Amino acid sequence: MGDIASEHTPLEAREQQKAAAVSLRSRVRANLFGSWWSTAVTLALGYIVLRGVFAAFEWGIVNAIWSVPYGPTGIANTAICQNAKGVGACWAVLADKYRLILFGRYPYAEQWRPAIVVLLFIGLYIVSGLRRFWRKELVLIWIGTLTAVGALMWGGFAGLPLVSEDYWGGLPITLILATFGLAFAFPLSVLVALGRRSADLPAVKVLCVVYVELIRGVPLISVLFMASVMFPLFMPAGLNIDKLLRAQAAIILFAAAYLAEVVRGGLQALPKGQAEAADALGLSYWQKTAFIILPQALRLVIPPLVNTFIGFFKDTSLVLIIGLFDLMTMGKVALSDPPWESFSTEVYLGLAAIYVAFCFAMSQYSRSLERDLNRSRGR
Amino acid sequence: MGYPQTAGPPAIMLDKVNKWYGAMHVLRDVSLTVAEKERVVVCGPSGSGKSTMIRCINRLEAHQEGRIVVDGTELTDDLRTLDTIRRDVGMVFQSFNLFPHLTILENCTLAPIWVRKMPKAQAEDLAMSYLERVKIPEQAKKYPGQLSGGQQQRVAIARALCMQPKIMLFDEPTSALDPEMIKEVLDTMIELADTGMTMVCVTHEMGFARQVAHRVVFMDRGEIVESGPPNEMFENPGTDRLKLFLSQILRGH
Repeated sequence: MGDIASEHTPLEAREQQKAAAVSLRSRVRANLFGSWWSTAVTLALGYIVLRGVFAAFEWGIVNAIWSVPYGPTGIANTAICQNAKGVGACWAVLADKYRLILFGRYPYAEQWRPAIVVLLFIGLYIVSGLRRFWRKELVLIWIGTLTAVGALMWGGFAGLPLVSEDYWGGLPITLILATFGLAFAFPLSVLVALGRRSADLPAVKVLCVVYVELIRGVPLISVLFMASVMFPLFMPAGLNIDKLLRAQAAIILFAAAYLAEVVRGGLQALPKGQAEAADALGLSYWQKTAFIILPQALRLVIPPLVNTFIGFFKDTSLVLIIGLFDLMTMGKVALSDPPWESFSTEVYLGLAAIYVAFCFAMSQYSRSLERDLNRSRGR
Repeated sequence: MGYPQTAGPPAIMLDKVNKWYGAMHVLRDVSLTVAEKERVVVCGPSGSGKSTMIRCINRLEAHQEGRIVVDGTELTDDLRTLDTIRRDVGMVFQSFNLFPHLTILENCTLAPIWVRKMPKAQAEDLAMSYLERVKIPEQAKKYPGQLSGGQQQRVAIARALCMQPKIMLFDEPTSALDPEMIKEVLDTMIELADTGMTMVCVTHEMGFARQVAHRVVFMDRGEIVESGPPNEMFENPGTDRLKLFLSQILRGH
């Protein structure tokens, strides 16, 4: 902005720049160096922050070890990493283990399949996020992608060897649990929220209230335990529902209860006049809900919805305790290899980077979405 | 102004209607018959039950005792009769209640398309013709939030008319408007009156009542106190309650 302006009216632009600099300087002086006490705090905190940044840079980049030699039997020789411990990061552990962490115990030669699955998921998120794809066909895209995910992971057709879900692991498991979980939990939560507000069907209302309060009253871990340990006891002998599916169902039921409360908040925030106007026009209950109530109510609750989405994306890591090999579990498995077992910091930082990437993308997207929706409605 | 001459059944009939909110008795033995093409203005102090009564006519509120028959159909809990009545009775609200996430045109075409099963192009033509009648066709692509209050209320009238109702209900249509916008909405309603629409209008606009109403109904504390032609009512109020109400209204203007 300043560059363009300076070509035309250099004097004015320079004046503006000077004014900006002065105001920045005076603001800094007023806020950070206003008194001797404030100056002391600023200097002390500045020193600590700079020290921290510098130490992290030194440890993470300057002194870091990126690869290690391998012995004749293929075992990593981590002696240089051991020597550098505390001085430099040993990123070699990630270089050595990233395929195990990302894809778990999936057959090594077939790991291109989960890799494509991860890309499919990311593509699905991007397509769903673009407003120009917001039409009925998007549902078909979701069904198609989720079917492709299942087909690729299982295989057993067109020359792809069958891979049982016992061998799935890593990032695909996390994305499957989160995506399938929210894809089913969200519509369910909308129905539960509507049911909870239904005045004409008291039985449905009671059912929805009991469901939400019951699920909210217990921790996710106990629901997962129920699904993995207790549930099979109640099943007739011979009928065995897969552990992944049971965990998935538990996550769906759990997430739906929380999302339902968020959606209900949006329904309550909507002025009563909107429903009355729809009624007066003769719209049926479902027409009113689909065209008038939900589009407005859901827009109101985008921030808490995304908040819950992010929470559940991370909560999928709890499947660790029932023996599913999600991303987090695979990090632990990678660390159980003796040469690497003391480099947990590096492994967990790597895992954190993946989680942060997904969650940060979600929160940024929700902010831009909110801005767009508000702007286009002239508010 | 000639009284409508119709031999057919009344458009609206309320027979000894009673309604309570908890212990509060909000409608007391309200009986009112509105003939086809008749225009009735309902007035009364706030809390007199006039809005509640008009909202009972399309069953936004349910009454507890008595009968309400609209266009030959009695209002019951049966959802099918409800659909028929709401299709034929349009309503305009005090707070407009346009759908803020839809454009003006979409506001007007939604119900014709989904309730009347009209093809989209036909519904849009119809909507544009009504938007022209309320004199805002150029705003069709905008959202309600971009319009003034008076414009929004005119859109709300057009939206109700797009369902081609037999009866129009107005619930204090000008009370939420700035003074300079009241006239544009009243003018639209006067034009509608000239087309012979059956209208029931809750309003304090006495000038409007004199100009278009065949009959004024005065309500107080949940009951109909007095009713009659506007000039008669306003010049020779028969009860003290109406006298008091009129003096308060006139002082306010």
